[in-house]
Amino acid sequence: MIESLDPGTLYPFGGAALFALGLHGLIRRRHLILRILAVNIMGSGVFMVFLGIAARGDAPPDPVAQALTLTGIVVAVSATAFALALTVHLARLTGHAVLLPGPLRTHRGNRPEDP
Amino acid sequence: MSATIPESLVFATGALAAVSLGLPLLASAWPWQARRIGLLGLSLSILGLLATIGLFLDAAPGMDAPAVRVGLGGWEAPLGVTLHLDGLTLAMLLLNALVALAGSLYARGYIRGSAEQRQFWPLWLWLWGGLNLLVLSGDAFNLYITLEIASLSAVALVALTGDTDAVTGAMRYLLINLLGSLSFLLGAALLYGEFGVLDLTLLGELAGDGPTERMAAALMLGGLLMKAAVFPLHVWLATAHASAPAPVSGMLSGMVVAAMFYLILRLWLLIFAPLGTPALAVLLGLLGSAALVWGSLQALRAPRLKIVAAYSTVAQMGYIALAFPILILQPAAWPVVVFFAFAHGLAKAAVLMGAGTLQKAAGHDRMNALGPVLRARGRTVFALGLGGISLMGLPLTGGFLAKYLLLEAGMHGAADAPPVMQAWTWLWVVMVALGSLLATAYILRMVAPAFARGERDPGVPVSAGMEWMPLALAAGAAAMGLAGAPLMHLLEHTAGVS
Repeated sequence: MIESLDPGTLYPFGGAALFALGLHGLIRRRHLILRILAVNIMGSGVFMVFLGIAARGDAPPDPVAQALTLTGIVVAVSATAFALALTVHLARLTGHAVLLPGPLRTHRGNRPEDP
Repeated sequence: MSATIPESLVFATGALAAVSLGLPLLASAWPWQARRIGLLGLSLSILGLLATIGLFLDAAPGMDAPAVRVGLGGWEAPLGVTLHLDGLTLAMLLLNALVALAGSLYARGYIRGSAEQRQFWPLWLWLWGGLNLLVLSGDAFNLYITLEIASLSAVALVALTGDTDAVTGAMRYLLINLLGSLSFLLGAALLYGEFGVLDLTLLGELAGDGPTERMAAALMLGGLLMKAAVFPLHVWLATAHASAPAPVSGMLSGMVVAAMFYLILRLWLLIFAPLGTPALAVLLGLLGSAALVWGSLQALRAPRLKIVAAYSTVAQMGYIALAFPILILQPAAWPVVVFFAFAHGLAKAAVLMGAGTLQKAAGHDRMNALGPVLRARGRTVFALGLGGISLMGLPLTGGFLAKYLLLEAGMHGAADAPPVMQAWTWLWVVMVALGSLLATAYILRMVAPAFARGERDPGVPVSAGMEWMPLALAAGAAAMGLAGAPLMHLLEHTAGVS
């Protein structure tokens, strides 16, 4: 039963699974909002690993790992906000929130008005 | 902290960190004064840095420990966050200061319009300050925070012009950066779980070659290789560097990738050295060789000058990856690798900024139509050529000295290595030479039209900084061939050197 597993074991493995899931999403999804969500899932996975480390054994939870998680969440929120702002800007410019696949568009060159 | 470290040096280390944080904060608080704060602050900080180098060289021979370690707020490791200052740190701080100062003087003429200036200068100072704090921190979690500060400001700077190319390049760059940072953080979490400390020096004392260290090394080094654009994780680089404003692409190619490489080297020297197996050496060497060939071929066929310059960065990062197998065979060769990265950082910044000057003057950077501007702007062409000569490694430049020392270390390593490794090492040596040949080809491709007959047209006037700064950086890279000894001397005093 999951309830009987001690969090020191469950959280790191759960965290690793989330990390892998997020990585899959980041690589396979096209839409930028989904990719940003995938990065956030990866981040949650890393925080789960930290919390699992904090909760190991019978001693009271390790405050350092909890502080690291809090700091990490602050960084993740800022990075997400920035990524969303960039996505909105890109969607306004191009009309869709995806990165065009394939080689660099400018590779073909010879556009008359290159900035 | 060792008793023999003078108080003045401890103070200087704290002051360097405080200035790196204070200047960007000041500039963010008064964005309309940010340009003045930036130029004045960077000029003063370079003087402070030179004074610190003097203090360090004066005190280093008498210190018990090779590094100055300062616990912030009176908290020492393992609980507190420590700053770490040694010869390698000072060399990277110096490279950052030189590229940032040259880039600032360049940007005075390049970034016009008060709205753009208000956006550019605070971000520019955050990039500089974040990189300073990155090389100063001696703690794995703090490294993650400073990595994020540096990379988020770099991404914002790439997106500065706000057109589709710039925003697309910035978005790719952001996703790869977030992936790299999270991978690094997961590695740090594993190390913390196993050893209960985050301080790099303490980790180095505890870590061996167990499975946790292997997993952590794979995650951390993999994340950093991605951020350093080592083949095959380089795809983002050309879009980001080519669409960024010229001073920013100079800083990205000159300093940001070098900082990622610094971090790989630092982790390697302090923590992961026991993991150096022949298989890893061969893998890194193959990646480096592939980057050299692929990046050079792309640089040879790219239609735009800034993309040629950006792909040459991919090729140059291949060299750095090639240096690691030589490092595993011959650990004493690492100052040579740093010397190499330093000379290349200056030369790359010169080439990228020179390309930006030509682009601004001509109004475009299509290779097949740049002839008239190249013929009329001898000073910038000379900067491209001089920087290029250092990248190729012709005698009397820093690049030559670096390649010569690297080849020498490689051949020495080959002589002592077991037979299986000997063949591989000879391959690396051949690749270093082949890389120089390819570099010659794409540098000549950039400057050759300047020597053909045809019309001359200087194009749009550019500021004095935009003409002189690429030349100053290129001259710096070349001068390292004549005066490289002080840097090598500085690098001798570094923690983790056997």
